[in-house]
Amino acid sequence: MADPTAALPLWSVLVLPLLLISAAWVAVAFDAALTARARGGRTEVAAAVLLPARETARLLVGQRRRTLAPDRTLTTTGVVLLPIAALLAAAVLPLGARPVADLSVGVVWFNAMEVLAWAAVWAAGWGANSMLSLVGGYRFVAQGLAYELPHMFALITAALAAESLRVPDIVAAQADLWFVVLMPVAFLAYLVSTAAMAFWGPFDAPVGRDVAGGAALELCGIDRLLFVGGRWLLLVVAAAMAVPLFLGGGAGPLLPAPAWVALKTLAVLALLVWLRRRLPTVRMDRFAEFAWVVLIPLTIAQALVVAIVVLQRGGGM
Amino acid sequence: MTLQLFLLVAAALFAVGLYGALSQMSIVMIMMGLELMLNGVIVATAAFWYYVAPGETDGQVLVVVVITAMAIEMAVGFAVATAIYRRRQVDMTDDAADLRG
Amino acid sequence: MSVVLFWALAGAAVVLGVLVFRLDSMAQVTFALLGSFLAVAGLVLLLGLGYLGAVIALMMVIEMVIMAVFMIMFMMNPAGLMPMTMTHNRRGSLVISVGAFVVLAAGILLVDWPARDGVPPPDPTFALGEALMGGQMLTMMTLGVGLFATIVATVVLSTDRGRYDRLGDELDAPVADDPMGGGVGR
Repeated sequence: MADPTAALPLWSVLVLPLLLISAAWVAVAFDAALTARARGGRTEVAAAVLLPARETARLLVGQRRRTLAPDRTLTTTGVVLLPIAALLAAAVLPLGARPVADLSVGVVWFNAMEVLAWAAVWAAGWGANSMLSLVGGYRFVAQGLAYELPHMFALITAALAAESLRVPDIVAAQADLWFVVLMPVAFLAYLVSTAAMAFWGPFDAPVGRDVAGGAALELCGIDRLLFVGGRWLLLVVAAAMAVPLFLGGGAGPLLPAPAWVALKTLAVLALLVWLRRRLPTVRMDRFAEFAWVVLIPLTIAQALVVAIVVLQRGGGM
Repeated sequence: MTLQLFLLVAAALFAVGLYGALSQMSIVMIMMGLELMLNGVIVATAAFWYYVAPGETDGQVLVVVVITAMAIEMAVGFAVATAIYRRRQVDMTDDAADLRG
Repeated sequence: MSVVLFWALAGAAVVLGVLVFRLDSMAQVTFALLGSFLAVAGLVLLLGLGYLGAVIALMMVIEMVIMAVFMIMFMMNPAGLMPMTMTHNRRGSLVISVGAFVVLAAGILLVDWPARDGVPPPDPTFALGEALMGGQMLTMMTLGVGLFATIVATVVLSTDRGRYDRLGDELDAPVADDPMGGGVGR
């Protein structure tokens, strides 16, 4: 059994983006298949599987749109930062049993890297000097302020139950009971914040149809590829992080740990992709009030319950 | 990478922030200057913790206090800027020099 | 390696800090400040304070995005499309700040700093947590109360409608009188 306290060797830095991209590929293909089915036609699997390649090729050769008096620096910063934030956040993700970077403050690192998406989406929305694009950027900031505190409390509750901020420690602490059973409210809050963080599903107002594409409106060509690709990567990374935090990491019978991690990640991703079709887009003012008035007290109460359980178990000083 | 190097960096950040806080007219820009000054203080505190007393936790607690002070200052500064703007439709400190109204 | 990293981060912090007051576009200024903060977080990480570095990065990204919102709201020239200077007493400030730097640098180079006393604990994060919950509990409580007071003060200062505007003079209106609807309906 691999030493659970060591990080993976250095070549895994190159493997990590490939793994994330393949998971994003599967998710995009699933989404495309569901779209084809929802349009009433057959679920054309071959077309859906090839869709990511076609879209990537199309966007790579596409021409970048130049608006009037844009802020090229900020647009480029925004679109480049979004996939980079996703990749940096994935550095603490255990691929199997060991992560690429075994930070002693892994949970806080993950949180810090994925809030870079706030800066990225706002900058991309602002840089194009276009009104609807700006509206999309601001919507994402409003959404961010709403989901961030429940998200942080969910992360803290998982770290609290494991009494450590290291992600492999959190996986190890779920050896007898998965955290999704111990802290269901935190798990639900985390799922909600996953969708909100990648502006996916019911939280896609920042790139919604009522603002003609929102923050991604004026992006074409390689800009759009990086932005949309970064959004998918962020969704994949956030969904993948639910596995070590709440779903027991690589634990499971028969298959090795990496296979279980992949299976669980794909299950969470499938749930999120499916949910987008079932739920309408939530308005930001409703979600903000719901998040602050309902979700935050619930997550705090959940943290209190878990803290009492930990103390009863004999943990703490 | 000695203590003095870190402290020089901190002093440079502090000086740049001081220039901004003294020369800018808009409240938000002054706050940016203040943030830079507190940045310098954070670097200096962390350097002192590492190079002088790493066995104690006082340095780390001081960094936590400075970070919290930054957050508090920013929040109240924005609230004050909002309140002044509502009252007088300006955000310049030159026009907010009196206590009237 | 860490020396190279130190110089890179220190240079980035100071250069981006100077850029804050030189750039025209307010949005770019906010991002320059964010870059400076991230460089400072990197410096703190270099000194072995992992938790504090990550927390600084986390908080500063969120704060700078919020600050960008406020900058665009209040500043007259948010995109830098017309170059304008909004400074007063530039020469005086320059003299004072350069003078302050010279005095501080002289102090830094001339003072006889104490020798290192002890080694960093194996887990600084745990030591910090223990201290804040143990010997420094007073600090923790003060910070908590201070943050709570900030929340209350900020809301009071920035809202111009109170409970009586929303719910009527007897606080008994069936639906709150808000400019934006929605929410949980109180």
